[in-house]
Amino acid sequence: MSITPEHPAALDRRTVLRRAAAVGMLATPAVGLLSACATSGDDKENEQVAGGTKSEKNPLGVKEDAPIEVVIFNGGYGEKYATDVHEPLYKTAFPKSEVKHQATQAVSTVLQPRFASGNPPEFVNNSGEKFLDFGALVNDGQLQDLTELWDAPSVDDPSKKVRDTIIPGVVEQGMFSTADGQRKPFVLYYVSTVYGIWYSGKLFKDNGWTAPTTFDQFKALCEQIKAKGITPYGYAGANAAYYQWNVILSQAAKIGGADVLKNIDNLEDGAWKQDAVKQAAEAWAEIGAKYSDKSFEGLKHTDVQLRQNQGKVAFYPSGDWLENEQKKDTPAGFTYQLMPVPSLTASDKLPATAIRAAGGEGYFVSSKSKNPRGGMEYMRQMLSKAGARGFTETVGAATVVPAGSEGFQFPPGVASAQAALKAAGNDVFNMLFDNWYKELDTEARTATNELMFGRINADAFVERIQKRADAIKKDSSVTKFKR
Amino acid sequence: MRHGKYPFVIGFLFAPVALYVTFVIAPYAQAFQISMTNWRGLSAPQWVGFDNYRRLLDDGAFWKAVQHHGVLLLALPLITIAIALFFAFLLNVGGKSSGGQRQGVWGAKFYRVVFFFPQVLAVAIIAVLFQMVYRPNESGLINGVLMKFGLDPILFLVRPNLALWSIIAVLVWQAVGFYVVLFSAGMASIPGEIYEAAEMDGATKVTLFFRVTLPLLWDTLQVAWVYLGIAAFDAFAIVAVLSVDGGGPDGATTVLAMEIYRNAFVYSKYGYASAMGVALFFLTLTFAALTLRLTKRESVEY
Repeated sequence: MSITPEHPAALDRRTVLRRAAAVGMLATPAVGLLSACATSGDDKENEQVAGGTKSEKNPLGVKEDAPIEVVIFNGGYGEKYATDVHEPLYKTAFPKSEVKHQATQAVSTVLQPRFASGNPPEFVNNSGEKFLDFGALVNDGQLQDLTELWDAPSVDDPSKKVRDTIIPGVVEQGMFSTADGQRKPFVLYYVSTVYGIWYSGKLFKDNGWTAPTTFDQFKALCEQIKAKGITPYGYAGANAAYYQWNVILSQAAKIGGADVLKNIDNLEDGAWKQDAVKQAAEAWAEIGAKYSDKSFEGLKHTDVQLRQNQGKVAFYPSGDWLENEQKKDTPAGFTYQLMPVPSLTASDKLPATAIRAAGGEGYFVSSKSKNPRGGMEYMRQMLSKAGARGFTETVGAATVVPAGSEGFQFPPGVASAQAALKAAGNDVFNMLFDNWYKELDTEARTATNELMFGRINADAFVERIQKRADAIKKDSSVTKFKR
Repeated sequence: MRHGKYPFVIGFLFAPVALYVTFVIAPYAQAFQISMTNWRGLSAPQWVGFDNYRRLLDDGAFWKAVQHHGVLLLALPLITIAIALFFAFLLNVGGKSSGGQRQGVWGAKFYRVVFFFPQVLAVAIIAVLFQMVYRPNESGLINGVLMKFGLDPILFLVRPNLALWSIIAVLVWQAVGFYVVLFSAGMASIPGEIYEAAEMDGATKVTLFFRVTLPLLWDTLQVAWVYLGIAAFDAFAIVAVLSVDGGGPDGATTVLAMEIYRNAFVYSKYGYASAMGVALFFLTLTFAALTLRLTKRESVEY
């Protein structure tokens, strides 16, 4: 708009109308422009190589001399684990094959045109800020169905299927519904993430405190901590409220079983109003009211984490990236330790050791690439003990293959997370709604702050999130997922 | 020469107009078109007519944002203009007169530079700066002092009924400098004889301000009002960086641009976000047209 100080009254009704008309006229050619940019290029089918002979060493029937191309996201984990560990493993298994390696920090920028032109690479580490939307790839039929891989015998023990060598729930996490309504595994989540409540081993040892396993113990300990002048519990309301809904929902899963979370993910009617969710919200609202600090609502996650490092906060909820994230602020001897969310009552469906664990860092095989079987075989090698161990040794993070982490000297925090995961056994649960429905995540965050900082009660908490979940369920423009 | 005038002018206009149309007008127009679709950014958009607009009608966050724009629209121009006028008056004509010439208060030149400082800073930096100022614990600028005296900290951005005003205070702080300069320029062009004459008739400083400065500054004020009004429809950067939980607590500080951003880039609902954008466009346009209409009055020639 051109309102200049010299002619402030220049914008009279007629000019407004005239401009509006001009805008209207301009809108017409823009329709053509839009359709030009919103549709992509043509689909040329790629000529795929024939399969090789299946054998004990080659259960997926890979053609032995067919090359594969590997694209790695060069982010937090770098690319060394691929060039130094996984690619050599593949080369050893198939000496006649050639492995082409490419690393990028912008996966979609590099790969979008290749998918559009029908010449995608076999294996992709789809991660980072610019990752390709998994849902869109699935809808477009670009992803290889990994069922065969999961059912193939594992590298180390042919009597065990690959799916049985990894943490439960990880295969499921990578499952998506296709256009024809079937659910198939398409994505491998490789890095293990364990969620829980963190405390300083040193602080607890110095004071003779032990990590509580029941809620009553937890509250009693909070009382003691408070008496010492330390804030017992806290999370950052300004930008990390999801750390807290994670705790509340983990609590709900313990009370009512992992299906509580499944119902929430599947947008079942009344999923948020389940008794377990309400009880969990009530329990944690009390912690918020009595054992936290109102000012935390205005702090960012790094602020509260720093306060914990300074010994001003005792318990802090997060995932096992926390220790690495706080590396430079953590005083020597702090010793991060993880505890699972404590049991609420003796009648909880899951034991106190049950924990939320999930896979991070997604990998997929392109179905329209030249050698998709080679891509799957590459994954099988990644999931071998040697592959997982090599990854862990290179980047210091645990994979979803527990055998690969065994005996590895993790820093204390990750070690305690791995121990907790081991103790949990099969009682591992996860939730996916926040990745599937961002709106529901936003609403849960807001409601969590309202609950934890005492502006609403548990009833209102479940009520308002349920309302949003219902709205999303009715919204035809949102793609629905099921698990 | 007169014969070839139009081809000549058109030749010069072509490049800038083409650029303007491509990069300014076309995206605007496209927003109107996208707002009628359910485009999610990947597959081709589907035409849904006025669905998105119907949905706006019962979107609580949208109406909350509109309501906040209402508050901003009243508070931001009023407070900013009042403060800026006061400072500009002091800086230009508030001091003693020497040699028949009105002077500003002592040190006026220095203050003028200082007032302009916030204008030089990037908005994001101001927001980060005020994060420190408002921080709710002992490391905050204000609360650190309060807590030293044993007082309870004020939770500026956290208390729902205080949060929006904390944001408005930042917007005012940032804007005042520019309007002090604008009003100063306006006051500098008011002839000194008028002040002199009024003073001889025994006018006090207050009378001078209300009877001389204000009427002669009317045009500048009107412009300031429109500018600040348009600024009140924005406020995105400050809200996005400064407020808790992105326009929180519970939407207590949200503005339309924040909701547009969230719907487009977090929820990937580009169609719906565009509908909000179109609504914002018409709100701004209506405001500008109304203000110019309502404040129209005879300006004093001098």
